[in-house]
Amino acid sequence: MFGLKDDWAEEERPRHFFLEDYEGAIARWCPGCGDHAVLSAVQRLCRDEQLPPEKTVVVSGIGCSSRFPHYMKTYGFHGLHGRALPVACGIRSRRPDVHMFVATGDGDNCSIGTAHWVHAVRYNMRMVVMLFDNNIYGLTKNQTSPTTHRGFNSMTHPHGAWLSPLNPLSVTLGITNASFVAQTVDWNPIHLYATIREGFHHPGLAFIRILQRCPHFTASVFEPIQRDPSLVLLLEHGDGIPANDTVRRIYKNRQEHDPSDRNSAQAIADRGDCFPIGLLYRNRNAERYDEISARGLGMTGAQKVAAVNRMLDRFLV
Amino acid sequence: MEALWTEAEETPAGTEADAPHVQRLMQHVVEIVSDSGEGAQTAGQMFGTLSAKMGNGVWTVEIIPAEIEPPARSRAGASGIRIRLGHGDVSNAGDTADVVVGFNEQVLYSRIDQGAFRPGTLIFLDNKWASDPQAEIQEAYATALADFRQRGYVVREIPIDAECLKHVSDARKGKNMWVVGFLCALYSRDLELPKKEIARRFGKKGAKIVESNYRLLESGFGWAQTNLDYHFDVPPQPETHEKVVMNGNQAIAMGCMAAGMEVCAMYPITPATSASHFLAGTMQEIGGFLHQAEDEIAAIGFAIGASYAGKTAVTITSGPGFALKTEFLGLAVMAEIPLVVVVVQRGGPSTGLPTKVEQGDLLASMFASPGDAPKIILAPATIEECFHFMVTARKLAETFRGPVIVLSDANLATGVQPFPKPEVTESWMAPPIDQSPWDTTTKPYDWDPQTGLSARPIPGQRGGNYVLTGLAHDEDSKVAYESATNQRTMAARSRKLAALQRTLKPARVVGDPEGDLLAVTWGSTLGAIDEAVMRLRREGEKVSYVHLRFLSPLEPGLKEIFQRFRKVMTVEINYGDDPQDPTLRCDAPRFAQLAWMLRAQTLCDLTSWSRVPGGPLQPGQIEEALRQQLTALKG
Ligand SMILES: Cc1ncc(C[n+]2csc(CCOP(=O)(O)OP(=O)(O)O)c2C)c(N)n1
Ligand SMILES: [Mg+2]
Repeated sequence: MFGLKDDWAEEERPRHFFLEDYEGAIARWCPGCGDHAVLSAVQRLCRDEQLPPEKTVVVSGIGCSSRFPHYMKTYGFHGLHGRALPVACGIRSRRPDVHMFVATGDGDNCSIGTAHWVHAVRYNMRMVVMLFDNNIYGLTKNQTSPTTHRGFNSMTHPHGAWLSPLNPLSVTLGITNASFVAQTVDWNPIHLYATIREGFHHPGLAFIRILQRCPHFTASVFEPIQRDPSLVLLLEHGDGIPANDTVRRIYKNRQEHDPSDRNSAQAIADRGDCFPIGLLYRNRNAERYDEISARGLGMTGAQKVAAVNRMLDRFLV
Repeated sequence: MEALWTEAEETPAGTEADAPHVQRLMQHVVEIVSDSGEGAQTAGQMFGTLSAKMGNGVWTVEIIPAEIEPPARSRAGASGIRIRLGHGDVSNAGDTADVVVGFNEQVLYSRIDQGAFRPGTLIFLDNKWASDPQAEIQEAYATALADFRQRGYVVREIPIDAECLKHVSDARKGKNMWVVGFLCALYSRDLELPKKEIARRFGKKGAKIVESNYRLLESGFGWAQTNLDYHFDVPPQPETHEKVVMNGNQAIAMGCMAAGMEVCAMYPITPATSASHFLAGTMQEIGGFLHQAEDEIAAIGFAIGASYAGKTAVTITSGPGFALKTEFLGLAVMAEIPLVVVVVQRGGPSTGLPTKVEQGDLLASMFASPGDAPKIILAPATIEECFHFMVTARKLAETFRGPVIVLSDANLATGVQPFPKPEVTESWMAPPIDQSPWDTTTKPYDWDPQTGLSARPIPGQRGGNYVLTGLAHDEDSKVAYESATNQRTMAARSRKLAALQRTLKPARVVGDPEGDLLAVTWGSTLGAIDEAVMRLRREGEKVSYVHLRFLSPLEPGLKEIFQRFRKVMTVEINYGDDPQDPTLRCDAPRFAQLAWMLRAQTLCDLTSWSRVPGGPLQPGQIEEALRQQLTALKG
């Protein structure tokens, strides 16, 4: 029953995919939650790239945002809190043929899953990692996350968060072998789509931090940025995230930034006076662990038997 | 398993006038003990291999120092090897040592602490310390020597260091080969095989190295021939089958590859690491890959990812690492992801005794996950089973769609034993990933009402798209909070174990099917329990044993078996309260782990005898424990 049927690869006729081919269960996020926009962007991208749904895998951890795979009609893996990345790396290790998206929250990725974040970025296995950063623990209802701003009142810090937030961009840029670091906002669908699309075509791990509105708990954080586009700094470059006129009309505060320049990327990430969006860093030639892990795929059973026998012979008494 | 442990038969001294007296033996236990880095292990491995090649039964086990870089001449630094030779098969490391070669006297104290010697143990000790330039060392040596004799050991001083210095400038680099030569003479062997072995091992390093090793070998051999007036002989039996010899961790690693598993994800932890080391060096030969993850959680997560995507993977660990893996283990149960988890048990809890054996993770394997997480648990009993159980484990993981835990331990990990070369077949290998279209009328969890089994769509299978989740879910893998669904799906997962149990062979009693005392054991204690029970049976005692390989689900028929004995007792290497302990004063003593499980599952009033010596149980210790029970039954 596990045997490969000879005809599985033969398509009877060319297939064409529509949006609905990627639409799973009705999304149950709150109205006004930024996650809806990301879902639409990914579904559109899948359609535009005509990704076969069976060849697409969406992996997530636990959190509101990690419900993401349930709303896609592809293969999905809704696993453990903080542990999306090890699973995604394991899938990728022997499956160069599938398309992979990872959905993770600021608690999921930057707190409980921090070790995996650092190491997955270093492994640089091909996948799009979307960090849904709403500055809060949404699912468990309003606890401070590592990216929560100092002074913000949550259930765990009712008198205001004690510490300044951890900066996911500068951390990621600081990881050896990081190869794609971008930031976007959920409320600009054009830039959001363009960023995820750019990440999808990146040969390696594309890390995208998405500033994501949580109307319930962190409206006060994101509403001002949404209302005042001058707080956003649009990064532009011929090799960056393409921004059309609509985007440029909204974001007048712009800076030319060469994404191959890691030092200035780090300087931009560290700026406290604005929210940079666009491509901070890209290196298409970074080492790829998935190229190593997939070596030897396709060896036949008979070849393996022969290899095992050769090894056993080394133990002959 | 037929026992052949009779007392040594003596043969008359040789016919030649001054040929040394030769004592013929059915079995003998030899230890070589040194500071770490002096090559005792290499010498022992070589002597063990030579013995196996000649057709002796052999069990070798390493003596591992408790510290990484211990000071010279210290108890903590004892490093070495025990080799048990037999006329026939040898199934365990035996009781106390018969012969010991010591490179210094201090390291021997570590073995004395472990109860490894007895009055009569013959110790060959390097006499270089008697003339050491440091007075304290001379004195320590003399004191120890007197103490050893006081303890009844037979000590014979030999000039290992001095003899080696005639051939090499650094005796530390030569002693191992000298000792091999010495032992060859002591055990009445010639040097033909050892020379071949030296040529095989060192040939690549050049003729000079080979020559120098020959000289050391001959020197040790010649010294023993000239100076010893007695020799031993453990006659080999000519081999009919081709045999391989390896330790339990190597067997597990080879088994992984023979099962066609292409991904091993691990994080280093003693005593499991050497299995991964082996895989790291060899996986590419079968087109596979070893991933050293950032921690044990990531290791099992990575393995689960590979499994989910169609390549059933293995993760190898020990107690503390296993503790970290439990959340993912629960996910593998809940979402029904095939996975093989090898736990090479060491002393616990916490960091415990990292290099020492314990069977302490049985209940953790059963119950570690929150909620009800039924999983399959196997325990190999021999090195050979370490190999074959990996093939079984992958098949079970895939057929029963969930994690299979293989419980090995430090005793099997470092024990070396020859076994028939496995006849690997393609049917053992994992098939290629099924990418044929999925029959869309079949749900992703289409639980069979009788068995709980269901087929699993794999990414790439058209029409099989589903979202795997650790949340409670229904047949469609849709998140389901309804009480009836939860009851039904929990039952489906549990039913798989019942279905597996129905296919298992009933537990097998070794000895008579009824009697006074039944010992119940699992894992690496098989050889020792067999030997202990056979000794008592030869004395006419009505004692039998059952050794379990399947611990979850349990092998069928145990209750009926238990009812045919007056007393049933588990023998285990883990902690249990001693019910006779007068300080206990409690009506619920804590039993050893298997006893705990068996009491719950059979409602039989069985007890346990268990110890945590940080070493294997010796057959003699078990024999004594069983004898006490038998005496109590008679009284
Ligand atoms: C091991 C573990 N610890 C804690 C939780 C509880 N928990 C679920 S989601 C979550 C935080 C979610 O926050 P975030 O990752 O930012 O996702 P969001 O809901 O904001 O999208 C926590 C603490 C859990 N599910 N598992
Ligand atoms: Mg969040």
